[in-house]
Amino acid sequence: MTSHAPAAAVDGAHAHEGEHIHPPIYYVKIWGVLLALLTVSIIGPMIGIKILTLMTAFGIAVVKAYLVCSKFMHLNIEKKFVIYFLTIALCLMAIFYFGVAPDVMKHDGANWRNVGAQAEVARGLERAKHPEEHGEHGHSEHGAKPAGEH
Amino acid sequence: MSNAAPTATAPHAHEPGHAPDGHSHDHHDHHAPQSFFQKYLFSTDHKMIAQQYMWTGVAMALIGGFLAYAFRMQLAFPDKWIPGYGYMSSLEYNTAVTNHGTIMIFWFAMPVLIAAFGNLLIPLMIGCDDMVFPRINRLSYQIFLLSAIILISSFFVKGGGFNGAWTAYPPLSANAEYNMAGTGSTLWVLAVALEFVAFLLGGINFITTAMSARAPGMRLWDMPLVVWMIVIASILFMASVGPLIAGAVMLLFDQNFGTFFFNPERGGDPVLWQHLFWFFGHPEVYVVLLPAMGMSGDIIAVFSRKKIFAYKTLLYTVFATGIISFFVWAHHQFIAGIDPRMANIFTVTTLIISVPIAEMCFLFIATLYGGSIRLTVPMLWALSFVAEFLLGGVTGIFLGASGADIYFHDTYFVIAHFHYTFVPIAVIGFFMGFTFWFPKMYGKMLNETLGKIHFWITILGFNMIFIPLFFTGMWGDHRRIYNYSHFPELHRVALQDLRIVATVGLLIMISAQAIFLFNVIKTFRAKQENPGPNPWHSNTLDWSAPSPPPHGNFAELPTVFRGPYEYSHPERESDFWPQNEPPPGSST
Amino acid sequence: MAFAKPIATLRSATGVPVGRLAMWWLLASEIVIFGGLLMSYIMHRIGHPEWAAEAAHTNTVAGAINTVVLLSSSLSAVLAHQAAQMGNGKRAARFLWITIGGAATFLVVKSFEWTHEIHEGFVLTRSGFWSFYYCAAGLHALHVIAGSIAMGFVAVDAAKGRELQRVEYAGIYWHFVDVVWIFLFPLLYIAK
Repeated sequence: MTSHAPAAAVDGAHAHEGEHIHPPIYYVKIWGVLLALLTVSIIGPMIGIKILTLMTAFGIAVVKAYLVCSKFMHLNIEKKFVIYFLTIALCLMAIFYFGVAPDVMKHDGANWRNVGAQAEVARGLERAKHPEEHGEHGHSEHGAKPAGEH
Repeated sequence: MSNAAPTATAPHAHEPGHAPDGHSHDHHDHHAPQSFFQKYLFSTDHKMIAQQYMWTGVAMALIGGFLAYAFRMQLAFPDKWIPGYGYMSSLEYNTAVTNHGTIMIFWFAMPVLIAAFGNLLIPLMIGCDDMVFPRINRLSYQIFLLSAIILISSFFVKGGGFNGAWTAYPPLSANAEYNMAGTGSTLWVLAVALEFVAFLLGGINFITTAMSARAPGMRLWDMPLVVWMIVIASILFMASVGPLIAGAVMLLFDQNFGTFFFNPERGGDPVLWQHLFWFFGHPEVYVVLLPAMGMSGDIIAVFSRKKIFAYKTLLYTVFATGIISFFVWAHHQFIAGIDPRMANIFTVTTLIISVPIAEMCFLFIATLYGGSIRLTVPMLWALSFVAEFLLGGVTGIFLGASGADIYFHDTYFVIAHFHYTFVPIAVIGFFMGFTFWFPKMYGKMLNETLGKIHFWITILGFNMIFIPLFFTGMWGDHRRIYNYSHFPELHRVALQDLRIVATVGLLIMISAQAIFLFNVIKTFRAKQENPGPNPWHSNTLDWSAPSPPPHGNFAELPTVFRGPYEYSHPERESDFWPQNEPPPGSST
Repeated sequence: MAFAKPIATLRSATGVPVGRLAMWWLLASEIVIFGGLLMSYIMHRIGHPEWAAEAAHTNTVAGAINTVVLLSSSLSAVLAHQAAQMGNGKRAARFLWITIGGAATFLVVKSFEWTHEIHEGFVLTRSGFWSFYYCAAGLHALHVIAGSIAMGFVAVDAAKGRELQRVEYAGIYWHFVDVVWIFLFPLLYIAK
């Protein structure tokens, strides 16, 4: 049961039903792949291209998550309905995002403007340009009482 | 499987009148005589946990009802002395309104409809001896009880209870400088969060039990409606509550650590809270609606002696409702500053969701059509549930249309609308289930005449409260005003009279509950012969267990041969055909 | 008090063991909890370009170390499951303790990281980014703590050869905690 070659185990991972005990080396290999992916996602930002950073960061996160879910959590041999309702939970979050983003992510729209958020963005960008003018410690103390600021 | 499965035509005699807990059954050897605490506080038996949830819920409902009495009296007779309460300040008014809403939804409707009836009915109706995780079930109730205690204790801390309305919109809820109840708000958020944890645990239990522990022979499509609906409600709850739990954490941070997730002056967004809240809040309506809908469906089928009309179609409409309920939440926020283009989309989805709900009502009416209807007390409650909920649903159309909502928003029209949905769900739903399953829970029958008097007075009182409020709402009565005499345009004799009528209706409705309590206590004390396992001649498996069911429920775990609604089958002498009765030709 | 499992627990009409089924539903609810928080964060992050300057101060090295730690603890969790499948409770318990050790390492690294950041003035209330940073990572850390406590109980049982199926359930939960971190890492540390 446990003596089949690791390569065969990788290939046959979704094939066998009753018998899915892989030898430890199978999991160690996947772990190795995960660490390699992690290295790529850390190196990604060092190249300095924003799109590439996002792609390495999130694309690799998705790949890693897929590997962990399918191989470690054994979703690859789980009943289909489990995968369906986990996917539905993810889809709900997409619905949530698309329902909320027009109001929260954007700071203006049809006949409205989020004045407070726009002012905060302007303030923040200004602060980022001149970091020395706002002492970081001083600001944090100030920020502890948001209601008192205005 | 032998023929020992009882056919309820012959109520079997081996249960003498008052077998209190069925000690005779011993296939569960852990059921030794228990101390009071073990039996009533630390029981893992699903029926006991159901009782705990039910009576805790009813106790909370009494508190919620008392709060309603107090603030309705204040509205009808502003700044007068309220018997049993005293004088009410504006802050106390806000606290009363907030906690009335919170208690009635989270500590009455949820525990009674989902937790109590779910716990009682799911194992009985699918023919197994308990929930699949009895100890998680017990933990769920204990967390729930803790949350109820925290909520009650929040009334007595410095600054009083939370008063930022049950929707807890920031910045009012997030900043003690605005709501003047620092500790009270924190305790309130904490209690609500704990309560969600309790129902998540309970919900996982319900779903898993119904999915995996069904009796042999029972397919998914053989489950009674109420089991289906409680399971779907649990799924909806579980899938929608997450963002609100995340939001509650953010709100706690805002309240206590000075963050500004919801503070627009520092880049936060109060509308985000409203989205997080209503993404849960709207499916929540269906979370409590569906169990009540399922109960009414089961009861209507039993008392019309007919197969439920289009059982599968009914369930498909429930699935549709569940799915669409995730697309409608922003109709609560039409005037909160959401983008008008999104408002259009949410108007359309809101109008669409009324279709499956209407279809459910039609299917119930079709079930009634041509049936031999028996107007027992549970049937009266079930019918009134459909009728009154329909009123709530129809008035919702006005509010779901973003144009009309600009006028109606935050008026008493909204209050009347959602009470026409929530009172049928919570109050009528509770009485419907309680009167129907009372013989099963306690092995006694309630008095029908007293039950009917209670029914008619309650329904009269209920309509008398909320029909006038539709009119005051259309006249422009704003929701969150504690004394209308401060507003000359609303302080009119005609309006004030309507408010008094509503308050009188509330007094009638509350006093009618004395009849109910009298009926229950009288029945408990009376020496009565056990009506047998199946007094209503129902098909579902719960009625094949002895009344009250012993620990382990069934003398022998049943096998299922047919669907739950085989009433008035033409080839049979009796007009019902229990699910567990073997087919006539079967050899075993 | 001796507790006998009801017959209901032993039934399985779905073909998935009830414990695992419940764990999947638990994870579905966890997905929406973290989803709600992370979606809120993503919306704000996109809507607030000025947060890039704040995010530049997060410690990528600490985050990367923690990712390695969590991925490795996931490996030991799955090896514990493999041992449990072979019926070797002692070996499963050993791997679970290694996993718990990974959790402890994660928390230690995190506490050093946070102490440093708070010392530098990047406190909870400094800006919206840091509020979300501490809120999301804190919620995740709570799950790490809860998971390791649960695994401790499972490991004690498994060492005695009892309830070996729970090793898998604890592992599934742990992998989920890992997956959440896999997404938190780029969201909080890499995308700057």
